[in-house]
Amino acid sequence: MSVFKRKANSARRSPIAAAIVIALGLLLTGGGYAVASGAVTSANASDPYKNADNIAAGKKLFLANCASCHGQSAGGTSAAPSLIGVGAASVDFQVASGRMPGQGSGPQLPTKTPQFNEQQVLELAAYVASLAPGPAVPSEAAVLANGNAERGGELFRINCAMCHNAVGAGGALTQGKYAPALLQAEPREIYEAMITGPQNMPVFSDTNLTPTDKKDIITYLTYVQTNKSPGGYELANLGPVAEGLFAWIFLFGLIIGITVWLGAKSN
Amino acid sequence: MSENSKGLVPSSGDAEEYAYSSGAGLIVSDAIADPGIEPHRVRMTDKSVKHEKAAARQVTALFVISILGSIFAIFAYFFWPLDAENLDTVRNNTFFLGLGLTLGLFGIGFGAVHWAKTLMPDAEVSEERHQTRGSDETRARAVEIIRLADSESGFSRRKLIRRSLYGALVLFPLPAIVFFRDMSNGTDSNNPIAALRHTMWKSGTRLVQDPTGSPIKASDVTVGSAFHVIPEGLQGEGIESVPHHLEEKAKAAVLLVRLDPKDIHSEKEASWGYDGIVAYSKICTHVGCPVALYEQHTHHLLCPCHQSTFDITNDCKVVFGPATRPLPQLKIDVDAEGYLVALGDFEEPVGPSFWERKAK
Repeated sequence: MSVFKRKANSARRSPIAAAIVIALGLLLTGGGYAVASGAVTSANASDPYKNADNIAAGKKLFLANCASCHGQSAGGTSAAPSLIGVGAASVDFQVASGRMPGQGSGPQLPTKTPQFNEQQVLELAAYVASLAPGPAVPSEAAVLANGNAERGGELFRINCAMCHNAVGAGGALTQGKYAPALLQAEPREIYEAMITGPQNMPVFSDTNLTPTDKKDIITYLTYVQTNKSPGGYELANLGPVAEGLFAWIFLFGLIIGITVWLGAKSN
Repeated sequence: MSENSKGLVPSSGDAEEYAYSSGAGLIVSDAIADPGIEPHRVRMTDKSVKHEKAAARQVTALFVISILGSIFAIFAYFFWPLDAENLDTVRNNTFFLGLGLTLGLFGIGFGAVHWAKTLMPDAEVSEERHQTRGSDETRARAVEIIRLADSESGFSRRKLIRRSLYGALVLFPLPAIVFFRDMSNGTDSNNPIAALRHTMWKSGTRLVQDPTGSPIKASDVTVGSAFHVIPEGLQGEGIESVPHHLEEKAKAAVLLVRLDPKDIHSEKEASWGYDGIVAYSKICTHVGCPVALYEQHTHHLLCPCHQSTFDITNDCKVVFGPATRPLPQLKIDVDAEGYLVALGDFEEPVGPSFWERKAK
């Protein structure tokens, strides 16, 4: 309703007023942008992901290792998606975990020994990030596990546990896809997965899970990773199925063995 | 009667044999022969003093293991104490305490059984089982008693009494079925059907995030993201004032995703959503598990319990699994401040079927 009211009011203003407002607005934003972009350029020198040398080196690596599937200009082909706008975080996640470059097609790309070292991953990420803006690699401070583990656990159970299991042991999806186990995942990897939504994982942008929420989730997962299960052996955290299997095969077997022994005649 | 090697005899045509025949030409004379009583075997412990002494040592050893186990359990209690500050101490405490107690009890049990089996007298006693069928006199007497009871009570003669008794017996269990209604714990326990049919969503109810309770701006929902949503008022302070708030939350849970509008194959779905943002009930129509395994690229929603799979681009129709109905969609729009709001309750009941639910 308020929208209509404002429109009705505007009819009383002089038509020149609108032009003046627009001109003023353009001047201010343009000037502001010039100042801001100057600041950004000066900051670029220290940011390795904006470093021109890294971007140039990354482009070479990209053309040699990635372009056959993702295209010469990273625009994607029928074999692989476009990388325009996926951001440095996506490259860092996929390449540092060894998922990329992929070897052969399948329902889902598995992790393997990374093909590139840390510097090469950085260069590739810098190149892809230079193509279009996208999620950046999180800072060291953003992925520190010093949040609230209890709150993180609640957020994890609501947003993540349905696929990744309540303690991050992973789980199956449809047609051979799976949510990987997070028992070995590093904080940076977890953060990047949330902001980029790799493969079939939904994106959890900062408007969905705020940086504080993400920090809490990382704190929870770090807690789970580093704390021994006090109750005993976890049986891969697979829950009642693994426990039932153990009970039926080993404990039931023991009971049968004892029963046979009780009924057998002594030699 | 000559038996062949398989224990089968050709049918002799005897009427009694035919009575039990399965129709085959050959009749199994006796599938498993009675092996009789096994000949008594003298134990080694009865034959040699050496073995007897060894068995005695074994029994003693088992009892000693029990003694050591019990002492170890006492020791373990003090050596691996529980520390309230350190949950990890539970693991060693229960493991070693349990190990000691297990050895203590198993040692006694195994020792006693081993003692009885090897050293106590092994005289074998067999008792004959009496015939299942009673003697002719007993049977005749039983029939006589029943006849007498029938004639004295007039059970056969008094038709009206007998039939009214039948009626009473048939009706007696019926109240138990009615009691099932009380198992419903909905908002209105006098009307469980209404509780199944309606959720907390009303026209104008804001969609908020679970568990933070923050309302959601349409512009904040990016393509490919998934939000776990509850109706406003079910979080934080004041939740206790909502009657049956846990049930309400369980019914009203919603998954909110944003699709590229050109991926949506259903006009109804697009018009019930807002610019590609669609909201679906998270409660599986099979047996009510939370369906929230959203695959961003295949647009499949998977139920973790029985693998029912729903296509979120096409009215959440079932593409795989035991569910038979699509997930109900929540009509949404944005309010004046740009926050997502519901346009009313779900048009059909969420979750699994119930008797009073009309088939669609």
